[in-house]
Amino acid sequence: MANATFRIWRGDDKGGKFVDYPTEVGEGMVVLDAVLKVQAEQANDLAARWNCKCGRCGSCSAEINGMPKLMCMTRLNTLDLNKAVTVEPMRTFPPIKDLVTDVSWNYKTKLTIQKFNPRKPDFADGTWHMVQADVNRIQEFRKCIECYLCQDVCHVLREHKKFDQFIGPRFFVHTAALEMHPMDTSDRTKDLKDKHNVGYCNITTCCRKVCPEEITITENAIIPLKERVVDEYYDPLRKLVMKIIGS
Amino acid sequence: MAEYRTHQYDVLVIGAGGAGLRAAIEASAHGAKVGLVTKSLLGKAHTVMAEGGAAAAMGNVDERDNWKVHFSDTMRGGQYLNNWRMAELHAKEAPDRVRELEAWGAVFDRTKDGRILQRNFGGHRYPRLAHVGDRTGLEMIRTLQDHGIHQGMEVHMEHTILTLLLDSGRVAGAFGYDRERGRFVLFQAKAIVLATGGIGRAYRITSNSWEYTGDGLALAYHSGAALMDMEFVQFHPTGMVWPPSVQGILVTEGVRGEGGILKNKEGRRFMFDDIPENYRNQTADNPEEGWRYTQGDRDARRPPELLTRDHVARCIMREVKAGRGSPHKGVYLDIAWIKEKLPNSAEHIKRKLPSMYHQFKQLADVDITKEPMEVGPTMHYMMGGIKVDAETEMTTVPGLFAAGECAAGLHGANRLGGNSLSDLLVFGKRAGEHAAEFAKKNGAGRIDEAAVDGAAKEALAPFDRNHSSVEGPYQIQHELQEMMQHNVGIVRTEHEMHVALDEIIRLEEQASRVGVYGNREFNNGWHTALDLPNLLTVSEAVTRAAIERKESRGGHFRDDFPEKDANYGTFNIMVKQGPGGEMQISRVPTVEMPAELKQVIEENK
Repeated sequence: MANATFRIWRGDDKGGKFVDYPTEVGEGMVVLDAVLKVQAEQANDLAARWNCKCGRCGSCSAEINGMPKLMCMTRLNTLDLNKAVTVEPMRTFPPIKDLVTDVSWNYKTKLTIQKFNPRKPDFADGTWHMVQADVNRIQEFRKCIECYLCQDVCHVLREHKKFDQFIGPRFFVHTAALEMHPMDTSDRTKDLKDKHNVGYCNITTCCRKVCPEEITITENAIIPLKERVVDEYYDPLRKLVMKIIGS
Repeated sequence: MAEYRTHQYDVLVIGAGGAGLRAAIEASAHGAKVGLVTKSLLGKAHTVMAEGGAAAAMGNVDERDNWKVHFSDTMRGGQYLNNWRMAELHAKEAPDRVRELEAWGAVFDRTKDGRILQRNFGGHRYPRLAHVGDRTGLEMIRTLQDHGIHQGMEVHMEHTILTLLLDSGRVAGAFGYDRERGRFVLFQAKAIVLATGGIGRAYRITSNSWEYTGDGLALAYHSGAALMDMEFVQFHPTGMVWPPSVQGILVTEGVRGEGGILKNKEGRRFMFDDIPENYRNQTADNPEEGWRYTQGDRDARRPPELLTRDHVARCIMREVKAGRGSPHKGVYLDIAWIKEKLPNSAEHIKRKLPSMYHQFKQLADVDITKEPMEVGPTMHYMMGGIKVDAETEMTTVPGLFAAGECAAGLHGANRLGGNSLSDLLVFGKRAGEHAAEFAKKNGAGRIDEAAVDGAAKEALAPFDRNHSSVEGPYQIQHELQEMMQHNVGIVRTEHEMHVALDEIIRLEEQASRVGVYGNREFNNGWHTALDLPNLLTVSEAVTRAAIERKESRGGHFRDDFPEKDANYGTFNIMVKQGPGGEMQISRVPTVEMPAELKQVIEENK
């Protein structure tokens, strides 16, 4: 067993500070193990969210040495333990206590996206014909575990606080999964342009880089959505034709 | 007087995993005003961890499959202690429940002709599990969540229920607190559905998260409902064993479904050494036949790695005990070997088992496409739980319903892989429907203010005990987990289980002195303290039921009674609170199966 120090942010919506917790660490440990050990042995009231402990549920999002990560998937052997390891909450969302933030905005935002709206079933048993090639792309989007690390790192939300105008990478991925679903019949392009402001994204790919599920957020989800908006609303040829036929 | 907020519902659903969400959707569809309470954030429940798939006899891959075969497989797997009516309803209704998910946006893997693909799994005769790679649970919970939030239900995230409130024996509401601020909340409800999942945290090595402290079982028990089959705890044969911090995390049965084999340190495929009599006809004679089965050869029989979980777990234990295990007291699970059979095997494995590849690579530095995994049994699932009516899922308390893992009956002595996700859907729907109906027929009950006050006082008591001589909540929980793992684990004896009962009394005494510090806002120590009584109640129920069953059957293995005893196949064990608060155990004879179902089983022998 070796020793390491975890510099954990303790506080609430009124403010807080980093507190150092020296603790023993062992083979194979992840940051979440260390946090739970500190919680059990030194700080029973330390607030932290976690569930599955293996990168499936997306509960234990935090900023580790300044990087947005899942605590359960960050091995200690990937960190320099000669220095204190800082663990702080996602800074984009309002703090509740310690490592726990108020992510309720995400749940409200999802409700603003038009829900799945399927065409009539293809088969008598109420199912649809889709081959694997039709669904490969949206299966990538549907891997999302809603950890909101992409939201945490997005400049439009983190720096510019456009929470009331912009839905963030998570919900562009969600919208893309609906828009590209072979069975879906709704059109969300107008919402993307006017309500969800996909145009605010300047494709810096920060979200894609922190995604623990390695979803190609920017290239596979956001850019195609931007293209749909451009095709529908900013195509000069189309504009001209519309003008001529007077619609 | 305790201070609290009040919410009024027709139906309150406690738990937002697959069963709770499905129940809430159905109750809403029947016009009920629905409240949904979840201990975590929405979409994080243990359902998310389900990997393999949902069992439903749709016959998309093998048209010989139908409800009769599924029913027979389920009953055989449960060693005939299942509630046969539940097994029948489950087998008949699962296909519609899975198709419904597709209509709500779920995207299952596809067959070549564009339908829902189905895979092989332990104990299922034909490829039956609708799946999405090895993340079927995520697909299911997200589909239910995204559909559910548009159905008008109110979701209370990060709330925990402390007690159920009764009015002259029927359900009237529930009282609890929100984790975020630590404030009390009263939910008045005409009907309540419990969908709280399992009891994994009673054991040290478990695939379950912190949430699974048997809340629903304890709430029901203290309201006078009967628990059943509590001795039947499923130890999944393949959990991770190394490194220590990941011990217990699940390794899907899908690895074996895709051709993965179990080997001991001598390289021997030990599962061929012990094939139970009632499965001999369905099991491959040799490795070649087993491989052909996993690749869809309809004339081949399944490899012994795909025998039922109880059996595979015990075989692994046997190898480890005999000194033939891997370095960290497990055995080897090898999928990399299929490179001998398939070109591009590495790509194939990554496509079929992406989460497993990821999990081992990141957490254990093992590349499963190149080297074997080390695995061993992990406490995974509770077959037992709250006794319910097969048709309506109502417990023995009027207005109180239960569905999913916290309910008992469908799985008998052992659950087949894949039968849980379909269980959640089939019985979640039924519970929601009948709870809504109950709420329509019955007005609101009267709230017992004294009970509310009592519960609030009890919940806050640990804060008054914050001096140095009190017990810490985590220490008591760890001691209980270690004790249950050792004394009421995968192999049991009368002597050890009596030790366990003494220890439970000692830990109960300690828990009554548990102290916490800090404030009420998101205080994990306080929450852990409040979970302790539930864990102790279910641990006692498991232990007492396991002492009563002096035979070995399904998930219950007694070293002192290693054989199955036909006399014990005629009853289920029931646990109820006696008039003096003591735990009472009784034997309830199983109901005779109708002739037509007996016939179905006979035809599928």
